[in-house]
Order: sequence, then structure tokens, then C-alpha cells
Amino acid sequence: MSKALLYDATMCIGCKQCEVACAQQNKLPYNDTIAGEPVQSEHKFTVVLNRNDKFMRRLCMHCEHPACASVCPVGALHKTSEGPVVYDVWKCIGCRYCMTACAFAQPKYEWLSLNPRIRKCIMCPDRLAAGKPTACAEACPTGATKFGERDDLIKEAQERIRQNPSTYLPRVYGLNEVGGTCVLILSSVNVEDFGYPSSAKIGDAPMPEYTGRVMERIPDFVPLWSLVLGGIYWISHRRQEVAAAEAEERKKKGGAR
Amino acid sequence: MKLKLTFWNAVFIVIMALGLYATYVRFFRGLGAVSNMSDQFPWGLWIGFDLLCGVMLAAGGFCMVGAVYLFNVERLHSVVRPAVLTAFLGYVLFIVGLLFDLGRPWYIWHQLIYMNPHSVMFEVGICVMSYTTVLFFEFLPNVLERFNLRSGIKWIKKIYPVLIVLGILLSTLHQSSLGSLYLIMPSKLHPFWYSPALPFFFFGSAIAVGLAMTIFESTQSAKAFGRHLELPVLVELGGALLVALWVNALLRFEDFFHRGILGQIIKPSYEAYFLWLELALAFVIPIAMLSFKRVRLSPEGLYLASVISLLGFITNRLNVSLIGFETYVGHHYVPKWTEFSVTLMIIAMGFALFALAVKYLPIFPVEKRAVNLVLDAETVSQGVPAPVLSHAGD
Repeated sequence: MSKALLYDATMCIGCKQCEVACAQQNKLPYNDTIAGEPVQSEHKFTVVLNRNDKFMRRLCMHCEHPACASVCPVGALHKTSEGPVVYDVWKCIGCRYCMTACAFAQPKYEWLSLNPRIRKCIMCPDRLAAGKPTACAEACPTGATKFGERDDLIKEAQERIRQNPSTYLPRVYGLNEVGGTCVLILSSVNVEDFGYPSSAKIGDAPMPEYTGRVMERIPDFVPLWSLVLGGIYWISHRRQEVAAAEAEERKKKGGAR
Repeated sequence: MKLKLTFWNAVFIVIMALGLYATYVRFFRGLGAVSNMSDQFPWGLWIGFDLLCGVMLAAGGFCMVGAVYLFNVERLHSVVRPAVLTAFLGYVLFIVGLLFDLGRPWYIWHQLIYMNPHSVMFEVGICVMSYTTVLFFEFLPNVLERFNLRSGIKWIKKIYPVLIVLGILLSTLHQSSLGSLYLIMPSKLHPFWYSPALPFFFFGSAIAVGLAMTIFESTQSAKAFGRHLELPVLVELGGALLVALWVNALLRFEDFFHRGILGQIIKPSYEAYFLWLELALAFVIPIAMLSFKRVRLSPEGLYLASVISLLGFITNRLNVSLIGFETYVGHHYVPKWTEFSVTLMIIAMGFALFALAVKYLPIFPVEKRAVNLVLDAETVSQGVPAPVLSHAGD
């Protein structure tokens, strides 16, 4: 059973308490300037956006099948059984493949650091281990960000849509996108207007499958191709040997005559 | 030995000085200070050019080793050593380039202990490390011969079949995997370049580039070191290049057709201009040129067609890695001058090391050397990097 967050944009009042709580939890700086920044960065893991008085939160989606974890050459990113996608900084070599692979462009980088880290929401794994909700969910005054079991939250989200079909767009963003995510979004407006990739574009297939289809062939390909190459080598050189041996024989015969 | 300050020597010194300054900025101010990479463009020129193009341009090594040792085409024997040298230097310098690009290069060895077999990057890393080792052993006979270490040569000869098969296997894997790197970005990379067939394109073009690069490098070496140009060898390579270009072009067309975007391609757009440039340089112009027998039999024609196709495939790699992401990101990425200067420094080091190796090691066949002894003596007296650099821009 994995834990998840349900963000209901219609309940959000844009108070940014989640941003504050997130900064405290992750020991990040937070002030009026940072509060005004409308983008995520190495010092801002989550952001509440405002377009025409509609709010939308952005944070790591904690995919069920995370692309970032599958592409990391040293396995510095991995998904825990509880749901969060976490980062072991001591493994990281800084190749930034996770950043290019993430469909939601969530991993951010410490570009000016001499020992740079990938930074992103890691879903407060220490709080989860202690049986507590994430810092953002605890801080949310309206319950717009709700913490719980993914399955329960999906049911609840669908129930909310059923009860107020005029309020919500009829979809739970994150239910099936890229194979499902542990952040689920309900809203009255298109999440795409706030920088989320469209469902059609990212599809429902888990991202690791795109490279997995190729990678899974390699164990078969290596012995097969070695055999083919070795065979070509043997044939092409054998032909030469035979030709040389025949020439030798002809010479001998010629000498005997 | 006296070093004369020629024009190209001066250029070399300027490139190295700027490169060293950029190196200082990279390691004392950080990636953000030295480059225009950002959270939106996490991979820039160093991945697009140094990694993708660098590995592609070093493909001559495995192509020529494959032709001469695997298929036993002895006519091409004279180009193997320079091709292996180019590949070996290429890979070593590519690893140097990687040390600039990685955020924590001092942990590069983590690839060997914290392995993630699902990662394409892991596979590329392991293959490149192993292949560089293989290339080292393929290159070693040059050094052993130079110091007349017979037992070493014998030992290498014994393991040579294994080296050859291993080298080609590893090349097949990582040349294609550089394309596989982008398979996980279907929503980001522009449809002109995102294709499930990317690994095939990358491998196919590596073979074409291997042939073109060998023609380029043989011609260039002949000029720079005053060597006799072996036209029959170039003509043969040119014929093979024409076939390789046709195969690549048909694969690309089939892919566009299959994905139903032929209509999109002919409509003018930002991406279409870059695609047209790529296709014209990589396929249309060189194929048209090489279709004429007169061109295919002339050293100048072969050289020009090869250089144009090389530029085309470089454009292709930059399109896949940089241009193809601009629409998704919503703004352009233009590398900072310090990014260019690091790349230029690495290229200049490549030229200088190639010249040094040719000077001190038996890279080119000995019997041919005697013919040009006078010319060789002249070029040698000019100083170290001068011979190769004095013609580098020709």
C-alpha cells in the first residue's frame, strides 16, 4: 500500500502554508522574495501558482513507476515501498539524466554549488516513518492537500467528482498518467494551464518501459552478437588459412612433378 | 627541439588559455557559472557535442577494425592504425569532457559499484569504460613496436581476436544506446527526432560517420604529414560510404513515413529548418555528389562529400540533444562562450596528441614511410603540434 497526496485545487486558497512548511521540513530558506517566485527551484520544492484567481500546486508526483529512478546510472533515486521517491545524495554522480527523463520536470539542480545535489520533494520520508502526514498536508488549513493511502484517496476523489460534477473537471490527474502517480489532482480548470504535461502527451504507459523495451533485450543480444561476430571472424580467417594451405599443397605437388 | 610560433601554434595557445580559464570557472564557480545550462536545459553543448558527437566521430575505430580484422579486408590495412588511434584519443578525451559535465565527477567510479542495470546511462558508462580499455590494448602494439617489445606483441596477437569481437560488441551497444538515452523523453523531444528507432539511427549513422571520418582523417594526415595519399583505399571507403548513406537515408524516410509526419516535415517551421539542414548535409548533398563516378574517384570529391556528411550527422546529434527540446522548454538554449572554449580545448588537445603519436609511434605503415622520408623529416623539424594544426582548418 503506498501513501499519496490528494490536492484539490478548488479548496486551495493560495495561502502558501504548504510552501512554508515544506521549506521548514527540508531546511530551505523562505522569505517574501522566495514566496513570490512562481517556479520551483533547488530552494523551492513546491509552489502554489495563481492564474486568474485559480490556484494550482506543483510538486514531485512520486510516480508509481518513476522515470528518474529507472534512468539513474547509480541508483541514487529510488521508490520506497511506502510511496515516496527518495534521493541518496552520496551515490549521485551528477549526470542529470533524471532531470531530462522526468516528464514533470521535477528534479532541480544546485547549479552554483561545487558539490551539487539534485533537489526535489521527497515526501517527508522521516515523517511518514513516524506515522505522520507530510509537512504540507499537515500545514494546509483547508484540507486542499490531503495525505492518505493512495487507494482511499482515489475513491475519495472520484466521490467528490460524483457529488459535485459541476465543480470539477471529470478526471483525477495522476490516476493513470505515466502508470499512475502518488500525487493526485482534482481541479475545475485544466492542470495543463499551469505547466503540467497533458495526459495525452505523456500517456498512461509507465515511462521506464520506453527504455526498458530496449534494455531487456541486451542480455540476449550480447551472447548472440558475440557469436555472430566470432563466426564472421572465424569464417573470414578460415578462408584465408585454407587458401594458404591449398597454395602450399599446389607448390608441393608442383615441386614433386 | 625548437618550437616555432606559427599561426596555428598561436591559435592553439589561445584556445588552451581560454580553455584553462573556463576550467577554472567550472571547478571553482560551478556548472551554473560556466554554462547556460539550467533546470530547463539540464543537458547542453557538452552532452550534445562532446558526448554524442565525440563518440560518433570516434566510430572509425570499430568500423575499420571490423572491416580489416573481422571481415579480413586486407586492402584497407593502412587505415586501421590511424583509425584506432583516433578512436582511442577520442574516447579518452570524451571521458575528460565528461569530467567537466558531471556535477560530481569525483564519484564517476560509483558506476562500477552502485549499478542500476535498468539505466541506459549505466550501460553507456560501462561500455565506454570497457571499450576505452579495449582500444588501449588495440593501440598498445604501436607502443610495443616502438620499443621493440616482442613478447608483448606476441601476447597481444594472441588475444587480438577477443579484443576485436569485444570492441565491436561494445561499440554496437553504446553507439546505439546513446540513441536509447532519449527514448524515455517522448513528451519532450520533438517528433521530428523522437522515434522508437533512435538506437538504430544512432548505430547506423555511426557506421556512415566511421567511414566518412576515416576518409577525412586519411586525407588530412596525408596533407599534414606530407604522406602519399592511398587513393584506392579512399575510393573503396567512398563506395561503402555511399551505401551506408543510402541505408541511413532510407531508414529515416521509412520512419517518417511510418509515423505519418511526412506532411509536417515539408511545412516550414523552426524545427523543420534544422531538419532540412540535417537531411541536406547528411544525405542529399553527399549522396548526390558520390553518385557521380568522377567525384567518387577524386580525392577532393571524396574529402568534400565526407566532410559535408560529417557536418550533417553532427547537426543530427545537436538536433536530437538541443534543438529538439526548445519547443518543449519554450525558449532557446545558446551555449555560453566558456562552454565552447572547453569543447575547443578538448578538440585542440586531440589534434596535438594525434600529431605527437604520429611523430613518435609507428602509426602509419613503415614501408610507405621510406618513400616520403624527405617530407617526413621536413614536417618533423617544424615542431610538435605545428604539422597537424597548420592544416587543421583546410
